[in-house]
Amino acid sequence: MNLRRDVFQAIADPTRRAILVLVASQSMTAGAIASNFDTARPTVSKHLQILTECDLLKQEQEGREIFYHFNAKKMKEVADFIEPFRKFWDDRFNKLESIMKKYLPPTKTGKTNK
Amino acid sequence: MERKTKIDAEEGKQEILITREFDLPVALLFKAYVEAEIVEQWMGTKVLKLESKKHGGYQFETTDPHGNKYRFSGVIHDFGQDQKITRTFEFENMGLGVQLEFLEFKKLTEDTSSLGMRVIYESVAQRDQQLKMPFSQGLNMAHNRLQQVVSKLNNRS
Repeated sequence: MNLRRDVFQAIADPTRRAILVLVASQSMTAGAIASNFDTARPTVSKHLQILTECDLLKQEQEGREIFYHFNAKKMKEVADFIEPFRKFWDDRFNKLESIMKKYLPPTKTGKTNK
Repeated sequence: MERKTKIDAEEGKQEILITREFDLPVALLFKAYVEAEIVEQWMGTKVLKLESKKHGGYQFETTDPHGNKYRFSGVIHDFGQDQKITRTFEFENMGLGVQLEFLEFKKLTEDTSSLGMRVIYESVAQRDQQLKMPFSQGLNMAHNRLQQVVSKLNNRS
């Protein structure tokens, strides 16, 4: 589970999210990415390292330069991660709904009872 | 017709918003939260205490398939008939912290209603932990699903 926790930590940081948004539109070199931020270059490098380590970014060598690509597949997995939690509540609410339907009056009174 | 439960959990925030629409008049939806014997049915839990009123409190107990008992409880800070419940929630002795819950019940039509549940955690870390592990009775279930998700990932790579 460590891997996944890392992904969550990775996207919890606003700068890293901004990097992801940036790289999602086009692949970029570290220098090009850094030029979009006021943050010091080594800080950006650190962010890139974290994003790469948890597979949200992929590195690709093109000539002398390394380009960073956005890994959409990994991001999808992050989104899927919330699904068990959602399903848990969905199941619960489905149950609530079916139980409470038994309390519905057989005919509509048209009046709200306060 | 979208009638699914929605979860909004923005990254880096310490809150979760759970929303759901029901084919139930709002009074019945609210009743499901107020009457102990009904709560027991849909939450699959034993109600040890449920004082559905301002300054009331509640304590539920659930038993997992292995016979382990878990208790969760809280106090009801505000109570508005068919409208809202503001309460705290704590999974006892689990070190998961206390959460604050704002339950908002809304009438959509005579026969339909919605529930908005805003849950605020002590920290972002605690929220994320909860997201990964739905509490108590859902724990095992969620864990199994988690396993499925993880094994799916493993197969893919």
